[in-house]
Amino acid sequence: MREIKILAIVLFFTAVTYWGVEPYAHSQMHPHVAPADFGFKDLEPLHVNGNVENGQVLVEANCIACHSIKSLGLEAPMSIEDAANAYGVVPPDLSHAGVIYDKNYLAGFLKDPVGATKLSHKFGEAKPYAMPSYSFLSEQEIADIVAYLKNIVATKVSDKTVFEEACGRCHSMKYDALKAQTPNAFIKSYLGAEAPDVSMMIRSKKAEYLSTFMNEPTKMVEGIAMPRVGLTEASQDQVINYMESVGDRKKAERESLGLKLIGFMAIFTLIAYLWKVQIWKEVE
Amino acid sequence: MAEIRKSEGFIDWLDQRLAVKAFMRVMMTEYWIPKNINFLWAMGVVLVVLFGVLLVTGLLLLMYYKPDINLAFDSVNYTIMQEVEYGWLWRHMHGVAASATFLIIYIHLFTGIYYGSYKKGREMIWITGMVLFIAFSAEAFSGYMLPWGQMSYWAAQVITNLFSGIPVIGDDVVIWIRGDYVVADATLTRFFMLHVVLLPLVIIVVIAVHFYSLRFSHVNNQESEVFNFDVESKKFLEGRKKESKVVPFWPVFLSKDFFVVGFFMTIFFALVCYQFDFAMDPINFEPANSMKTPAHIYPEWYFLWNYEVLRGFFFDIGGMAAMDIGLIAFVIANIVFMILPFLDRNPMNTAPAHKRPVFKYWFWLLVIDMIVLTVYGKLPPTGMNAWVGFVAAVIFLGLFIALPFITKYEAKGNVQ
Repeated sequence: MREIKILAIVLFFTAVTYWGVEPYAHSQMHPHVAPADFGFKDLEPLHVNGNVENGQVLVEANCIACHSIKSLGLEAPMSIEDAANAYGVVPPDLSHAGVIYDKNYLAGFLKDPVGATKLSHKFGEAKPYAMPSYSFLSEQEIADIVAYLKNIVATKVSDKTVFEEACGRCHSMKYDALKAQTPNAFIKSYLGAEAPDVSMMIRSKKAEYLSTFMNEPTKMVEGIAMPRVGLTEASQDQVINYMESVGDRKKAERESLGLKLIGFMAIFTLIAYLWKVQIWKEVE
Repeated sequence: MAEIRKSEGFIDWLDQRLAVKAFMRVMMTEYWIPKNINFLWAMGVVLVVLFGVLLVTGLLLLMYYKPDINLAFDSVNYTIMQEVEYGWLWRHMHGVAASATFLIIYIHLFTGIYYGSYKKGREMIWITGMVLFIAFSAEAFSGYMLPWGQMSYWAAQVITNLFSGIPVIGDDVVIWIRGDYVVADATLTRFFMLHVVLLPLVIIVVIAVHFYSLRFSHVNNQESEVFNFDVESKKFLEGRKKESKVVPFWPVFLSKDFFVVGFFMTIFFALVCYQFDFAMDPINFEPANSMKTPAHIYPEWYFLWNYEVLRGFFFDIGGMAAMDIGLIAFVIANIVFMILPFLDRNPMNTAPAHKRPVFKYWFWLLVIDMIVLTVYGKLPPTGMNAWVGFVAAVIFLGLFIALPFITKYEAKGNVQ
């Protein structure tokens, strides 16, 4: 039938145009990169088992001078303003660090913070990183700290908490009334760039890009100030879920309403078709 | 004054005062459309439906939108998308309908070219249609600025800057358009005015003229057959409906259009809810930042062919700056469709393209070239891409230079 042929031609040219300006153009503008590496293979993996009791001793002797562990009732020694002033950025709370960050990443970070975060273009001799290197500790001691931090997490961490601990020191989420713990001006002088509000990031960057980006920001944007924070795959998914629950809050409603709207129009089309056949019977 | 008698009912009462029965006859039941048509003849009604969707959703959005650079982004992405009940739906429908409108406009336009519906008395239909295309383009461009996202800002920056290419007064014109030295709050507010008041008014008036102009030369048909509408409509009214070559607008023509509209709107809602990125570019969900130029600046897909004609000329030729050549080509591209009826030197031959020996190649070459321009208008203009864009832009202009010769040749060849 002639109309089917015409429809096929129209659909063909529409599809070619769509393919050209969407999937093809995007593949050209954003060249393919290696998928996220949650094994952090560039860091040397821990090959000893940690001792929790010794870990506690080490954490109490070394970490809590700057870091809070609120789940244990240990508050930070300094106020947020003083900490931001002293370090450039508020030190993270360690309540859930043992589970939200990858074990090998944590070990690598303790030994060489600048290397693990991939911020060597921002920090070095001239501008020291706020977190000192603990490379003087033995492999066993590092493992002990990591084991202890994991051991203190008793409950499942909520999506929002993962975001607050891993991202919330620099990033605001204003559509959920979350303000970055470190004031923006400090971040700018500390990292050389303001950390954007991430309320709508899930719509502007999309989950797929975000998961590769968060895993290793410098791989996606050369010279970017954002550190690699070393989230495990599960906790990174939690961050993305949280971002979606804020920036694309109506997604579930959209996807269920879509079916109803399509169904409604399909029934409309069917009735319209039957009516058309009836009307045109008289004239054709 | 009409003779007023006691009415037999509400319709009769109205009829005595407004002649509604005669009006319905003229507009609906005795507005004659050729019978020999296909679904491409429904695109006008699809466009009316889409314009209705844009108007209604636009009014709903207008209740919450704030035309202020400090409030615009959040009023769209927070208030409308998250707080207002079904606000996301109105916005998605508005954005997708804008893109879909252009898709249908292009199908409508190519249908007109293919079936020769732009000449032999139908010039005013064509010209008012092209005025609508330009008005819709301005409407789309001004609307894209309103959410004040990254591409809203940067597209506004780049496009308003084009006017600086006008000799002598260019720079002043740019400032006059922007209302500031840079794209700023004044720019947003005036484009808001254009988007919600002036341009919709213009569009509604031109749609009326477009429809009015259709009444004289009548709707074309699949074979461009010329027949006497009075004779054919008389046959229909006498009950010889199968024999008549025409059908009334209501209910016969519209019954088919409802079906086409239904089919189209089914796809439309699938796009609104599941596949909207092509119409609502993710980059525009990032707030405007004048300090951060996006890696790739490109307009919405329906402006890409035009944009590629502009930037296709990327090197100086014969002492003329690339930018100036591009700008001249861009201006030509924007008006050349308008004068199509006068470039066709075979004005009496309205046969569909497949019955014209040379014109058919011209037509398909134009379609393919515009798709190439569209795709390369989005790709980064580097290396090979720049040359493909250049060649496609030259072919585009060449096609319109060649058209008078091709059609003249056809006319001589006596192909009717």
